[in-house]
Amino acid sequence: MPTAAQESLNSTTHIHEIYIKATPAAIWDAVTSPEWTAKYGYRGMSEYELKAGGKFRARANEQMRSMGLPEVIVDGEVIEASPPHKLVQTYRFLFNDAHRDEGFSRITWEIVQTEKDFCRLTITHEIPASAPMMKGAVTSKFSTQGGGGWNWILSDLKSLLETGKTMS
Amino acid sequence: MHSDDLVFKALGDSSRRFLLDLLHKRDGQTLGELEWELTMTRFGVMKHLKVLEEAGLVITRREGREKLHFLNAVPIRLIHDRWIDKYKERELSALVDLKKSLENAKCPPQRKRA
Repeated sequence: MPTAAQESLNSTTHIHEIYIKATPAAIWDAVTSPEWTAKYGYRGMSEYELKAGGKFRARANEQMRSMGLPEVIVDGEVIEASPPHKLVQTYRFLFNDAHRDEGFSRITWEIVQTEKDFCRLTITHEIPASAPMMKGAVTSKFSTQGGGGWNWILSDLKSLLETGKTMS
Repeated sequence: MHSDDLVFKALGDSSRRFLLDLLHKRDGQTLGELEWELTMTRFGVMKHLKVLEEAGLVITRREGREKLHFLNAVPIRLIHDRWIDKYKERELSALVDLKKSLENAKCPPQRKRA
């Protein structure tokens, strides 16, 4: 394992934060269950083995498969699972060989109740310098095709949890 | 709570927009690094960063002895989804139509024949 200092030299950190009117448990479920992740953002189905060393994978939905994407589009490993507040995982795109070769990044999900009805959800995504395509995808601007990245996913998630409806 | 008001206020200043652009170019900078790029006192930069933090547009993390500043673009996305997306579509398609008709000006649109 590289030290934290080595990692910080070779990776960039991106932080995405949002306040959602929902309970920590509701947000946790929305992040970790495939029934929920199929309803917002890119609408893949995320499956987590919620324990240290557990598997993570996101399956393509029907529309993605019809576009030629593989059955499993993202994979990784759970590093820490402390429901409903903290989830640390690795994360790698499997859209094609080039994405697979970029390797794993690391995501930390944190859910903190800030007021009676509100939680703050923070995603810290550490992306190695070897993964420029992943960096482009998750930080992409909303105007580009297929773009939006975490900013869009979180906005859609907020809309779903607070109003029961997504934006798209 | 991070209301739209705080975000609009934070965005309504060119120095603060410039700070966001600097972080967009390279995330996780120190006060010293950001200060270097602006012709303004350290105190002035700190004041602007505070407004950006209150709006949720900048998030700070302590790393060792340094405090790093990160761009959080989610509030801008929320404003986009709430205020811009809603009004954009019609105008955009009108602009696209205009562009097409201008580009095809040499061969004017054909009238439907009766």
